Amino acid sequence: MENLRKDYSHIKGWGIDADPENDPTYPMKPHRTDAEQSGYSWERPTQQPVDVEVLHSIERPNVSAVFGTAVPPSGLSGVIRRFAFKYSENSYLHWLPLILADRVNVVEGIIDDFKTGHVPNIFAEKGYNAEWKHDKIGLITKFAVAAALVAGVVVLLNKKDKDDYDGDDD
Amino acid sequence: MLAMDYRGPKRIRVTQKPMPEIKHPEDAIVRVTRSCICGSDLHLYNGNVPDTRVGTTFGHEFIGVVEEIGAEVTKLKVGDHVLVPFNIACGKCHFCKQGLFGNCHESNPMATAVGGIFGYSHTAGGFHGGQAEYVRVPYANVGPTVIPEGMDPEDAVLLTDVVPTGYQAAEMGGIQPGDTVVVFGAGPVGIMAAKCSWLFGAGRVIVIDHVDYRLEFVRNYAQCEAYNFREMEDPVVFIKKTTDWMGADVVIDAVGAEAAGNAMQTITGRKTLMQAGSATALHWAINSVKKGGIVSVVGVYGPTDNLVPIGNVLNKGLTIRANQASVKRLLPRLIEHVQNGILNPKAMITHRIPLEDVADGYRLFSAKLDNCIKPVLIPPSARM
Repeated sequence: MENLRKDYSHIKGWGIDADPENDPTYPMKPHRTDAEQSGYSWERPTQQPVDVEVLHSIERPNVSAVFGTAVPPSGLSGVIRRFAFKYSENSYLHWLPLILADRVNVVEGIIDDFKTGHVPNIFAEKGYNAEWKHDKIGLITKFAVAAALVAGVVVLLNKKDKDDYDGDDD
Repeated sequence: MLAMDYRGPKRIRVTQKPMPEIKHPEDAIVRVTRSCICGSDLHLYNGNVPDTRVGTTFGHEFIGVVEEIGAEVTKLKVGDHVLVPFNIACGKCHFCKQGLFGNCHESNPMATAVGGIFGYSHTAGGFHGGQAEYVRVPYANVGPTVIPEGMDPEDAVLLTDVVPTGYQAAEMGGIQPGDTVVVFGAGPVGIMAAKCSWLFGAGRVIVIDHVDYRLEFVRNYAQCEAYNFREMEDPVVFIKKTTDWMGADVVIDAVGAEAAGNAMQTITGRKTLMQAGSATALHWAINSVKKGGIVSVVGVYGPTDNLVPIGNVLNKGLTIRANQASVKRLLPRLIEHVQNGILNPKAMITHRIPLEDVADGYRLFSAKLDNCIKPVLIPPSARM
């Protein structure tokens, strides 16, 4: 590819108003050197061994020298995440599947809990102890609204079942 | 070891997890003595950040004692008490060399838009965070800084994120002497941004929020004006009126993706995630700054699209500057400010919570209960 930078000299006045002092971005110009304009060419740190599955962005050529190994992809959520990482960060097909995978992962977490004999204490995990201590009325209201909604849905469904049954009779 | 454990939106607990190990010659293992819950942790807590995997430990604001070092660590020794910037930065790449430690290219393979951050989803590198007894700290020659003798550890822990982020928000605003600065959000970062705006010579500092106790706090802590947008017909009109119908010179968005105040944004951004969080504060910032003004964004937004009034940015000739704080670049100056008593970060800490009660801590902070401004977690090993 033609290097356009070399050709700037034929443009009359090119760079005439360039003012290193007038750079609104950080870092300011004095922190930069010509060497830093040479692209992906710095002396890379030692590479961390890739001993777990690391999904890396397709907007970079490699795995970064250091990375986290917190929770490697697994299960159905892992399948979705692997799909997401086939697309760039510029694409909804990257981000939306990741959000879906997160939701699937929550269900997987609950299944794992039961598999290991752990029954999650939802009240404690949601920090409702603090809410009970500092905002009893708010918490009671929240539960009351939720209970009313559930009761309403149950009543509606029962009514529908009954209507269907009556209909069959006719 | 004990560590916070994310189980799904608004569900966390403390569990026993394996001890972290040295994975890279520049790693250190740090025994945590204090960690914070940050406002931006709430985006994770609420399930708004993509690739937040169940089983992850959050926490990017922490200090601790170095317990073990890798073969290539030369700048720390076992026993050092260090504050650890929330950015994981190699110090060698194109961006680190420019002081952009928040944009390191060698710490996060999962995304190019953001560098590695402790405990901030796999989108930010998949690192476990510091809301635990121990944590793996990569690139230990670059980020971790020995806490200066005599500095209160509770001041030090806030230097890992809140103070530099608030300071950088003011710095990116390019505040000129006498400027009117508006800060949206009276959380810890907004409070610190208001406080630091004076350091850059602001002539007037106005903070807008909707929680009265936070407004009262920032009024006292940052000696600024503070107003509740729930009591206004329209916050943008309010700011125009109070600035002689011109708009503010500089507006700082210290809220990010969980903003309240606009039903449409709440439904599309916070409840249904049809956009990357609610951009209400950003709308207000763009619309209330004067023409030719500067909008500085440190509130965290997700990676996908937002319904942002970009047309107004063009028409008004605005400069928008935004970034994660490059903590390492700012630390020397900020340590000086703390040591000289110009900044008093620990005064923002309202709650000291045992790590074991982390779920209650998150609920307290996210629901704004008990006048909570800034909660700090204390692991059992630091209480002995």
